[in-house]
Amino acid sequence: MAFIDYYQVLGIAKNASEKDIKSAYRKLARKHHPDVNPNDKEAQHKFQELNEANEVLSDPAKRKKYDEYGKDWKNAEHYQQQAKQNRQQRESYSGAEGNSGSFDENDFSDFFGSMFGGQAGGFSGSANRAKFKGQDYNAELQLSLRDVYQSHQQTLTVNGKHIRITIPAGIENGQTIKIKGYGGAGVNKGPNGDLYIRFTVSNDSIFKRLGNDLYLNKEIDLYTAVLGGPITADTFTGKVKLTVQPGTQNGSKVKLKGKGFPVYKKDGEFGDLYVTFNIAIPKNLTEKQKELFTELSKS
Amino acid sequence: MADELLIAVDDFCECHQIEFSFIKNLQEFGMITVITRQNTHYIEESELGKLERILRLHDDLEINVEGIDTINHLLVQINNLNAEITSLKNRLRRYED
Repeated sequence: MAFIDYYQVLGIAKNASEKDIKSAYRKLARKHHPDVNPNDKEAQHKFQELNEANEVLSDPAKRKKYDEYGKDWKNAEHYQQQAKQNRQQRESYSGAEGNSGSFDENDFSDFFGSMFGGQAGGFSGSANRAKFKGQDYNAELQLSLRDVYQSHQQTLTVNGKHIRITIPAGIENGQTIKIKGYGGAGVNKGPNGDLYIRFTVSNDSIFKRLGNDLYLNKEIDLYTAVLGGPITADTFTGKVKLTVQPGTQNGSKVKLKGKGFPVYKKDGEFGDLYVTFNIAIPKNLTEKQKELFTELSKS
Repeated sequence: MADELLIAVDDFCECHQIEFSFIKNLQEFGMITVITRQNTHYIEESELGKLERILRLHDDLEINVEGIDTINHLLVQINNLNAEITSLKNRLRRYED
């Protein structure tokens, strides 16, 4: 566990007054408070550090101990463990009825516990008196376009807990869903926080997606474009037959209604599929073909 | 609206050790909605997160209600802008792929 210089965290000198500490804490807390920096993990971490620093330095007794043992806190912890063992021995000999709280070592142990984990992260000044909803967790889940074409269940592991969730078809890239009560535990028996899962949807298909609509480029030969005729085109669920109209222009589109992407949380509703025709101009013509084209160009 | 989705303001105030006047003040600012039924005031459960955030900003940072209201408006704007950025990125992907 690394030593944390709380004076540095608050950007103050070792001889800072209580007023300086409070002022530095307020200034930095306003900047890094998680409620004004939503989804910013760095700000949350910084705010935890600020809280720890303020908790220790704003309390003269804790500050004194921190100043005394701060740099050698590891040794102090070792000393503390030894002292605790000695105390337990004393208690077992005397049949102690419990902890009187008069041992300095107890304060010291709590002090380091709160400084270096355990209780760190609470909101200053309010955690002891009020119930608060637990911290909201944020997670990110990567899925492919094919994955989100159909609703499916997936088991996630968040902070050691297995959560089985249903991912509705049609979820968007960048969309976030909330799983109620799967965040951090509430403070002072407050309700649990929520889990927010942000989806990153990568495209592993030949289609391009825009909202609920899909787009597909389809190459057709010149003869079909000119004369019209049947072709087959891919959709997300298989191939369909299409009739190309005679005189189809390069870049023209046809809409296949209901062949697009499922609409989020609307069972049975789909967007459309737009097929754009790219006309392939024939190359390497035979002499006969060239003659025919020349004849056509004169007509 | 189902009753189980309502939280009595008195319970909330007791739990957080705040005065009812604070909630009333927030209501007057239009920051929360208080529902009154049979002379009892309630807040919707869905507003709990927002209300607790207001309390934290008030207690932790000593920001007054006007300041919190401004922060809330700016956070809504940030959220909307983020949503718009995501939507535009998705549209852009169509041309980049």
